[in-house]
Amino acid sequence: MITLNHYVALSALLFCIGLLGALGKRNAIAILMGIELMLNAVNINLVAFNRFLQPSQVVGQVFALFIILVAAAEVAVGLALVINIYRRRLDTNIEDLNWLKW
Amino acid sequence: MANLYWIPKAWLIPLLPALAFPFIAFITRKARGLSALTAILAIGVSLVISLGVLWEVIAHGITMDNPVEYSTVWLQIPQLLKIEAGLLIDPLSAVMLLVVTLVAFLVEIYSIGYMEDDPGFSVFFAYLSLFGASMLGLVLANNYFMIYFFWELVGLCSYLLIGFWYHRAEAARAGFKAFVVNRLADFGFLLGFFFLFIIFHTFNFRELAAAIPAYHNVGLLTVAALLVFTGPIGKSAQFPLHVWLPDAMEGPTPVSALIHAATMVAAGVYLLARAYVLFASLPNVMLVVAYVGGFTAIFAATIAIAQRDIKRILAYSTISQLGYMVMAMGVGSMTAGIFHLTTHAFFKALLFLAAGSVIHALHEQDIFRMGGLYKDMKVTTVTFIIGALALAGIPPFAGFWSKDEILAAAYHNGFLGLYILGTLVAFLTAFYMFRLIFITFFGERRAGLHGHESPPVMTIPLGILALLSIFAGFVGTPFTARGFSTFVYYAAPHEVEPDYMVMALSTLVALAGIALAWWLYGRPSDLPERLKESYRWAYNLLWNKFYIDEFYLWIYRRIFWGLAEAFHWHDRHVVDGLWDGVGDVTRASGQKLRYLQTGNLQTYALVFFTAVVVIALWMAGMGGMIR
Repeated sequence: MITLNHYVALSALLFCIGLLGALGKRNAIAILMGIELMLNAVNINLVAFNRFLQPSQVVGQVFALFIILVAAAEVAVGLALVINIYRRRLDTNIEDLNWLKW
Repeated sequence: MANLYWIPKAWLIPLLPALAFPFIAFITRKARGLSALTAILAIGVSLVISLGVLWEVIAHGITMDNPVEYSTVWLQIPQLLKIEAGLLIDPLSAVMLLVVTLVAFLVEIYSIGYMEDDPGFSVFFAYLSLFGASMLGLVLANNYFMIYFFWELVGLCSYLLIGFWYHRAEAARAGFKAFVVNRLADFGFLLGFFFLFIIFHTFNFRELAAAIPAYHNVGLLTVAALLVFTGPIGKSAQFPLHVWLPDAMEGPTPVSALIHAATMVAAGVYLLARAYVLFASLPNVMLVVAYVGGFTAIFAATIAIAQRDIKRILAYSTISQLGYMVMAMGVGSMTAGIFHLTTHAFFKALLFLAAGSVIHALHEQDIFRMGGLYKDMKVTTVTFIIGALALAGIPPFAGFWSKDEILAAAYHNGFLGLYILGTLVAFLTAFYMFRLIFITFFGERRAGLHGHESPPVMTIPLGILALLSIFAGFVGTPFTARGFSTFVYYAAPHEVEPDYMVMALSTLVALAGIALAWWLYGRPSDLPERLKESYRWAYNLLWNKFYIDEFYLWIYRRIFWGLAEAFHWHDRHVVDGLWDGVGDVTRASGQKLRYLQTGNLQTYALVFFTAVVVIALWMAGMGGMIR
């Protein structure tokens, strides 16, 4: 029997993988992928809580749809930025992109 | 009141010139003739309506106590503020409307000739129209707020027209000076009627007139009245703020005639008449008004006898005559003040326009470089002499009747000192005017200057004004039944009794002034020069206008500059020091703290996430405690 705890554990695991990727990867594209993983972990959480706690309502699912939408937009913008940076610098290594520094 | 025809159209009087201004400025600017035509047509129609209004005021028995008022609320905040826009038509405003439109109309016609070759011809007419509109609005205003609005607008027009030839440094400076001095006075006026509003919660003249006599806090009312009086001190060039008017002569001569002799400078006297309830209820303030006026009259008259510039002599004469009017207000005869305002508007406009005719012909303003002009400029000479006779107060010219009424009022209301002073001014007036005439128009021709008579477009307005200077006084002589004094009055109409002693004395004194002028300047003589040498100090004092300008300059340079230096130091070292200190601390801490910024997005995200974890743990802990 798969319970709510299983889903939450899966979600937490997925979130940690995503976080690790977002914080640790050097490649900008990989970081974006990490962020996507984190967003999807949240989605799993929302849908699972909806299913197990309030099955009669669809609030969690609606939120999940919103997040998918926002994630799509975010990826579009993020990829556009990365591609532009690559065209200028022939490099997507995040460690070299430190122009925000003093 | 049902069958009034002209009075309900009175709102058109200021509106027509107001429309002429943008029309000329934006549409007919290139077409000079059309610009002049627009301006003259607008003021001409206003003149016709004004005549109709005056006729209806007389015919329908509209009196000072029974005026016609049209009003609409312009801005209202319930229980706090109500500002009206409206017209108040009574004999006082009807007379002023006629004076302003008539003089403006004649001056605009004259300007066609005078400004003929000026590149700013159209702009000049646009400004004149704007001035006409503002002045007429000021006359018709039914409340303090509105009168102040137009008061500032005429000030603006004055500034624009004094500095009309702004490429000349003196003209630009004179405009600036006029503006600054008036600003000072207007601020007092503004405070004054704000005071009145705070006390009575209304700007409306009639509501105030009803409320003021019932109010008994004399101290507060005195402050308000004195502050309101600063407005006329500035606008009507009373001592000690008279300094701007002589310099205002840098403007074109028609402007001097219209604005700085006949109408705008009289606005201060008009305001005194409008606010008369306020002043009449305060004897002490009346005393101040009377003595300021009387002092200004003699002060300016003495300066005028030593000046050399034809326009400046007339300017000091204007200040002196305005002093007369203010004095009339102060001694309790609003009728005499407004009567003198009316006749003065005609003969002083005439004198300025005639002087303009001379300047137009000679391009010279120093009277000692003119002479014998009567041979070339007959019309100008004759009209100028008529104006001078009216100003000097020779019967039966207009100025005699009005000046006589002021002197009689001073005498009968118990101001013997002011009466004697006024008579002395009459002597000085006759003297300096005929000094000017003998030097300018008679005697030998000076080399190098050839006069020629001005074109008819200039001489016809001179002729009309000359006729008015002769006849306008007859509406108010003591022998006129139901004359001016039963028309424009305060409290109750009264017939003026002829006082033959006052009349005879002022006439004698004026004749003596003319005789002295002839004796000194009318015949070849070195007496004036000898007098000048033996009383060098007196001559210097008068020639330098009692050093008032120098005194103000001294105050400005020593005291204001000193204060400014002190404030500057305070600002640099104390205020700036404090805030520079704050800035330095911020910058120094920023200098150190900036090393926290690695520029590495992933570091930021790590910190961000760690913070979220810490906060989550903390909240979980808090939740545990609450439970």
